[in-house]
Amino acid sequence: MEWINVISQGVLIGGLYALFAAGLSLIFGVMRLVNIAHGDLIVGAAYLAYTIVGATGLNPLVSLILVVPLMGLIGYALQMALLNRVIGGDILSPLIVTFGLSIIIQNGLLTGFTADSHKLSAGSLDTGSMAILPGLDIGYMPLLTFGAAVAIIAGLQYLFYHTGLGRAFRAVSDDGEIAQIMGLENRKVFGWAMALSMTVVAVAGVLLALRSNFDPFIGPSRLLFGFEAVIIGGLGNLWGTLAGGVILGVAQGIGAKIDPGYQILAGHLAFLIILAVKPRGLFPRIDG
Amino acid sequence: MSAQMITRATTASRIALGAALVIIAILIAAPWWGSTANLRLITEFMFYLALASMWNLLAGYAGLLSVGQHAYVGLGGYVLFSVVLFLGINPLLAIPVAGVVGAVMSLPVAWLVFRLKGPYFAIGTWVVADVFRLAFAQMTSVGGGSGLSLPTQAMKSIGSKSEREMLIYLLALAVCLGAVVLIYLLLRSRIGLALTAIRDNDVASSSLGIDIGRIKLLTYVVTAGVTSMVGTLIFLTKLRIYPDAAFSMNDWTVFVLLIVVVGGIGTIEGPILGTLLYFLLREYLSDLGAIYLMILGILSIVIMLWAPKGIWGLVVKRWEMSLFPVGYRIRKRQD
Repeated sequence: MEWINVISQGVLIGGLYALFAAGLSLIFGVMRLVNIAHGDLIVGAAYLAYTIVGATGLNPLVSLILVVPLMGLIGYALQMALLNRVIGGDILSPLIVTFGLSIIIQNGLLTGFTADSHKLSAGSLDTGSMAILPGLDIGYMPLLTFGAAVAIIAGLQYLFYHTGLGRAFRAVSDDGEIAQIMGLENRKVFGWAMALSMTVVAVAGVLLALRSNFDPFIGPSRLLFGFEAVIIGGLGNLWGTLAGGVILGVAQGIGAKIDPGYQILAGHLAFLIILAVKPRGLFPRIDG
Repeated sequence: MSAQMITRATTASRIALGAALVIIAILIAAPWWGSTANLRLITEFMFYLALASMWNLLAGYAGLLSVGQHAYVGLGGYVLFSVVLFLGINPLLAIPVAGVVGAVMSLPVAWLVFRLKGPYFAIGTWVVADVFRLAFAQMTSVGGGSGLSLPTQAMKSIGSKSEREMLIYLLALAVCLGAVVLIYLLLRSRIGLALTAIRDNDVASSSLGIDIGRIKLLTYVVTAGVTSMVGTLIFLTKLRIYPDAAFSMNDWTVFVLLIVVVGGIGTIEGPILGTLLYFLLREYLSDLGAIYLMILGILSIVIMLWAPKGIWGLVVKRWEMSLFPVGYRIRKRQD
């Protein structure tokens, strides 16, 4: 029963990792950009929520009404002002620019908020749980996180394949020049993609902050978790990414059960094993 | 009557060679004219120049954007401590051992991370470096998370304090010059021609029969070996090691990458200029702490937006010069 507990916890936290991954995967799919600052933006969203909660006394989950559009706006502005100028050429420029961004965000947060760690609280939801089986309790918060991940991935899936915006995303991804000839303004499509990615980041950041302590420097490891979930699941497959997040979460859970020091290491090893046996991930997109 | 002739050297490169020999002579003599503080600073400069040159070879020429080279710096450091503590041999012998261990370890790593393309390769190398850090933190034989110190007995076997400092300084100088000369000779060889072709266009170079995979693997392995040797020397000056210092991404990868990018990636001169600039900035701004790091972040973005070939790229554009002639040029000869 102990192990079932470990695995069910791992599955649920996998939802959070899938949220880290979904924003990353979305950006890579549309504009072949790997955003090194992705994890720091997640932490930035957590601090934004922390500030709003501190100023208004709102429940962190309610604060999403503000955090989500604000992060979307930041994403759009970031893309239009900076990132659009470095994509499309070699892979070095976007890598270095987002690296620089990562350093700026981390040290900006350190300057603004000190190195103290914080945590958000959603009241009784934090500790509440329900018994599924005797001895197996599922916390409301992990369940809510997982539910949010499933809903967001379903939403992104629908948006990609059933809406005009999704068609634009796929068009610029498949062939940017033709898309431009067909009347799409690639710059703006990229702007929308980054805005969308940052709304997912906003939700991920708040859920992260509700679940565990955060400080200005935890961003890079969130980037690695998201990246691992993307590669385990298979590039370009959103549901695969959810599976990747779950596998990573379970691997970390099992590692932590053996010895707390093995938590992250076990996740990395699961990733490397899958990279060794299935380099394209478990569920690669057939085309692409 | 004029004919064409092909040369490699330029006037600037001949002057540079002369100047370089003078500077090297002054540097070799540093133990006799410099203070301990001078020697330490130049030693550290040499470490960064060696690391930057190696990263430049990897990223600037072979197109392998690794952000996990701190894995090899830390590995080199731990090789030093293991060799001294478990084998009881002279610490200086750890340097070649580290070169071999780094190169050998890089083979399975390459086998894994070479499956990832472009930017995902970069993050893959980062994960591997994190695995190194976490794995060493779990090994109780090397002190786990709290690390180890080099016994004074082992250090005394090298010599007295001043002898040690001089020896480490000269070794740092030798490894650094060795790294730069290695890259220079490599780039002038057939492999260098292949690397330059890969840098300029990998698809086209592949169609001309260059075995890109092999050249990239070779570059990765050589870089890993030399980076590990530098790691051994670095921790020979620190005398203490623990996983977070050994595998510090900021110290051994981020700063190195900024040095190369700001100086000028894909040139031999770039890392030299970048290292000089980095030490200047650090001298004057590092007291600012977080603000200093933000300035470095902003600098890297500014360079990428307005001078993607770095400051050396601006110099070349303005004066068309090359201090390390690795290419060919055609000149008219007056008969």
